[in-house]
Amino acid sequence: MCVYRQKSDLKGDMKQDRKITSLEQAIEANLKRVYDDVAGQEVPDRFTELLEKLREAEKKSSSETQDG
Amino acid sequence: MAEHPDPRDEIVEHLSAMRAFAMSLTRNSALADDMVQDALVKAWSKIDTYQPGTNMRAWLFTILRNTYYSHHRKARREVSDVDGEMAASLAQKPDHDGRLQMRDFNHAFDQLNAEQREALVLVGAGGFSYEEAAETCGVAVGTIKSRVNRARKQLIELMQMSDDEVMEATDIVTTSIVTNQKNVA
Repeated sequence: MCVYRQKSDLKGDMKQDRKITSLEQAIEANLKRVYDDVAGQEVPDRFTELLEKLREAEKKSSSETQDG
Repeated sequence: MAEHPDPRDEIVEHLSAMRAFAMSLTRNSALADDMVQDALVKAWSKIDTYQPGTNMRAWLFTILRNTYYSHHRKARREVSDVDGEMAASLAQKPDHDGRLQMRDFNHAFDQLNAEQREALVLVGAGGFSYEEAAETCGVAVGTIKSRVNRARKQLIELMQMSDDEVMEATDIVTTSIVTNQKNVA
């Protein structure tokens, strides 16, 4: 059983640590990119139009209720 | 200003964030936008469940993710990855390494489950605190933390694997060190 790691393994560990740090940075950056790419886009008209329609439909039904 | 402002007037301010969150859940833009549409109709009719003054984005995201889990989960697998690959190819001039990492990331991200993706995105990109993310997902703060940690770990493992594949082709010396190191571990 090997308790003490050899020197070359330690070097490998350091290299591995650096690699993980760079992957962690890549992950953080890419997560933001995935989200911001969409969040930064102009919102398609269908959504603002939908909100307007919902508002209109409600106005209509509430005025009908008042009238009747 | 109206005496009782309708909180629904604020929904429009969260549309782009809703699309971004939906995209990270579905990984497919057509599906994401359909999901946002369904969520908007629900939010509109359920506005009385929103408490004015609280976090509207979190409230909308909760509706959005419920929509996803009730309707779209089954459909996901069949259509996943298309947009991811497209996004990677359309991305703006990253250097060679950046592009590789982005491709690896998209591929790895697609392999996470939706619960891991949403936890990662809320905390890592959406600017949510662990507490807000926990509330949005209806779980304990500890659960969100462990999902985020596990997701990060899994992404690293997945990206490392594809990283190694690249190395094998380009750098035999490095590969042998990595392989040795792996054998020890």
